[in-house]
Amino acid sequence: MTTESDTLVHPLAKYMRTDRLPWIYCPGCSIGIVTGMVARAIENLGIDFNKVVIVSGIGCTGRVSGYFKTGTFHTTHGRPIAFAEGVKIANPELEVIVVSGDGDIAAIGGNHLIHACRRNIDITVVCLNNFNYGMTGGQFGPTTEHERYTQTSPRPIGNIEWPFNLVKLAASSGATFVARWTAVQVRRATKSIEKAIAKRGFSFVEIVGACPTSYGRSNRLGDGVEMHRHLLKVADIQNGLPPHEAELEYDSRIVCGEFVDIDKPEYTEVLKKAQEKARSEAR
Amino acid sequence: MPERVMFTMGDVACAEGALSAGCRYFGGYPITPATEIAEWMAIRMPQVGGAYVQYEDEIASITSVIGASWAGTKAMTATSGPGVSLMMEAIGLAVMTETPLVLVNIMRGGPSTGQPTRGQQGDVMQAKWGSHGDYQIIALTPASVQEMFDQTVRAFNLAEQYRVPVFVLADETVGHMREKLVIPDEKDLEIVDRKRPTVPPEEYLPFKPDEDLVPPMATFGSGYQFYATGLTHDWRGYPSDKDDVQMELITRLNEKILRNVDKIVEMERFQLDDADVAIIAYGTPSRSAKRAIREARRQGLKAGLLRLKTIWPFPERAIMDLASEVRHIVVAEQNMGQLYHMVRASAGTTPVHMMRKPVGTPQLPQEILQKIREVVTQ
Amino acid sequence: MTRYEIRIAGFGGQGIVTMAVILGETAALYDGKFVVQTQSYGPEARGGASKGEVVMDDEEEIDYPKVQEPDVFIAMSRAAYLSYKDGLKENGVLIVDEDLVEIEGDLPRGVRVYKIPATRIADKEVGTKQATNVVMLGAFSVITKAVSIEGLKDRIVQRWPRFAETNLKALELGMKAGERALTQAS
Repeated sequence: MTTESDTLVHPLAKYMRTDRLPWIYCPGCSIGIVTGMVARAIENLGIDFNKVVIVSGIGCTGRVSGYFKTGTFHTTHGRPIAFAEGVKIANPELEVIVVSGDGDIAAIGGNHLIHACRRNIDITVVCLNNFNYGMTGGQFGPTTEHERYTQTSPRPIGNIEWPFNLVKLAASSGATFVARWTAVQVRRATKSIEKAIAKRGFSFVEIVGACPTSYGRSNRLGDGVEMHRHLLKVADIQNGLPPHEAELEYDSRIVCGEFVDIDKPEYTEVLKKAQEKARSEAR
Repeated sequence: MPERVMFTMGDVACAEGALSAGCRYFGGYPITPATEIAEWMAIRMPQVGGAYVQYEDEIASITSVIGASWAGTKAMTATSGPGVSLMMEAIGLAVMTETPLVLVNIMRGGPSTGQPTRGQQGDVMQAKWGSHGDYQIIALTPASVQEMFDQTVRAFNLAEQYRVPVFVLADETVGHMREKLVIPDEKDLEIVDRKRPTVPPEEYLPFKPDEDLVPPMATFGSGYQFYATGLTHDWRGYPSDKDDVQMELITRLNEKILRNVDKIVEMERFQLDDADVAIIAYGTPSRSAKRAIREARRQGLKAGLLRLKTIWPFPERAIMDLASEVRHIVVAEQNMGQLYHMVRASAGTTPVHMMRKPVGTPQLPQEILQKIREVVTQ
Repeated sequence: MTRYEIRIAGFGGQGIVTMAVILGETAALYDGKFVVQTQSYGPEARGGASKGEVVMDDEEEIDYPKVQEPDVFIAMSRAAYLSYKDGLKENGVLIVDEDLVEIEGDLPRGVRVYKIPATRIADKEVGTKQATNVVMLGAFSVITKAVSIEGLKDRIVQRWPRFAETNLKALELGMKAGERALTQAS
């Protein structure tokens, strides 16, 4: 006799290393949702999955690449964008997607982020911002709000630093596609990730998510369900708003939408032209 | 391309060697005294359809090289000591993920910013031990412009064969000196490419070694799916915190090099057959030693040279054999004595004398001659 | 010729290293000698101390690449002259730019001195101070006969195809100055 679980297969399972399940994430974490968004975006675009490369760095979100069943690479901390640039430049036929966390992308890897934006290399970065270093137990990071509590910004003082606004950072550094959604806006976020992948240029999509185990507990934000409900409540959709107005205030207002979608010469295309010119002059 | 003859710098010869070896990706950051490699690549790479990419720092440079290598392209970076210090993290990643790549270090004075325009050999132990954990790399030590070309070709071949980062460790003098360079016709060069998987994609285990302990390497977009990680991983590439997985992996990463020391190391024996005193040197000091030995022979002193063209893996057996042939060994290095300790550990009871010189001017021939005189009377 | 060592020193911007490179190219590629060329320089792109060296040998590969006791020293600044004059080989050749270097202090025994107004010739007769190094190369080749004139011309044309005429003129004027200096010295 066959049971229901034998016959029912998730339509996106073909993209995943199901032999690695159950995965490492806590109940209530947003990473599963974001992984689903990326898989669905690939499915919707109908691109050859063999040509997709998924790269991530260190941390909870850094483990995402390992669950995808294609060419995947788990770099050292902060380096997925640098690695991805090498892949894309060496073989521009590949569709290169970086999925990593706020600490990985914006703190230790912040320099690589801004310079990749500036170069305008055709890669897509999906950054899950959960406001803290989750894997190491919840320390403050580059997106932790002022006076929030973490293991390294304890009560009664909280965080004495100020956060990056990643949308503003990516936009002012030269990214050609910039969007922000929360983890509960799955359809809209998936659509933006599709656009980001299809874009010929550097694309940055921030997904504001929940880390109930560390950040949520330290700041008494409730469990996973409660945190995601909150995200839905404070999400303020403002498509096309100038990126410098895309504010993020966790308690009251998270501006969501697509803020940048512009065209600029893409690095590997410019490089190709340079090669043709150099070859014809060398002859 | 047919044979070409140039009168050029070691740095340029290195870049040409890389191109001849099939390198089509250079990721780098300017630094004295390795900048000429980048500058030459910036001219030449587009001509051959390759990429010269200048990154925001050395960390991104070498990490991108790892990415390019996994995309199926032979790739390199070139820097000097301060840059290598920044690259250490990625060297570990390349070792752990078994990524073929070439890293050129044109050594200048250190520590820290040190003496940018002056040569030294202070990065010898850094090359071997700089990244954390137990691992093996390969390091080649050219001593002439022609060798900068030849050894860079060889560096790529070894990197591809053993799936390991390979250093070309040259001192500034070798990097910046000009000599005649003969670039052989492409068809006369032996070029090694990495093993590709032969099993169907569904049977492919990305880190399952062949008998030579080296696993075949799939690349992105080739239809093979794989996960490569800096975490300890099993044959499937999946992370593991188990003792037996760590033991097997670390043993293999070391053994695939150590088992082949005799195939990897190259050296030149110069007037050693009847020598009482053997000088051991590499890079520019080996050329001082050669001059000193020629003069010593004229004066009736039996001295010879073992010039190391490969220092990592360390040729322990060759040193053991040498120690049984000669009465004294002198190690002349442009540092405070780094490989000296390796030689001493392999030389048994034969006295090993250190000639340290951690400055821009290498040991002068007369200084080495004086040392030869000193030790033969002992 | 057995091991033959040339040292050229002056300040950055005089084309010191270029001189050494052209000498090296000529000797290695045109005259078929074993050659090594090295240089040292400071962090300044212009005005700092600059030194270029060439070691050549007809018979044996060059082992030690740097100059030990030069057969020839070309001094293009007072500072360079004072730094390196004592290192010259006995009976060696000293060539100076006479407007920049005055012969002062003791020289090693038997040193022959040749004074060439290279900067002046370049400025007044060639029309550009940038040709100073090529004027000096012309004088050097006549005085020492260490490299072939045809070889030098060949390298100069290859290196500066757009400025070949100017540089060949500088070379000729330098050779004439070298001949004058030879006559005066004997």
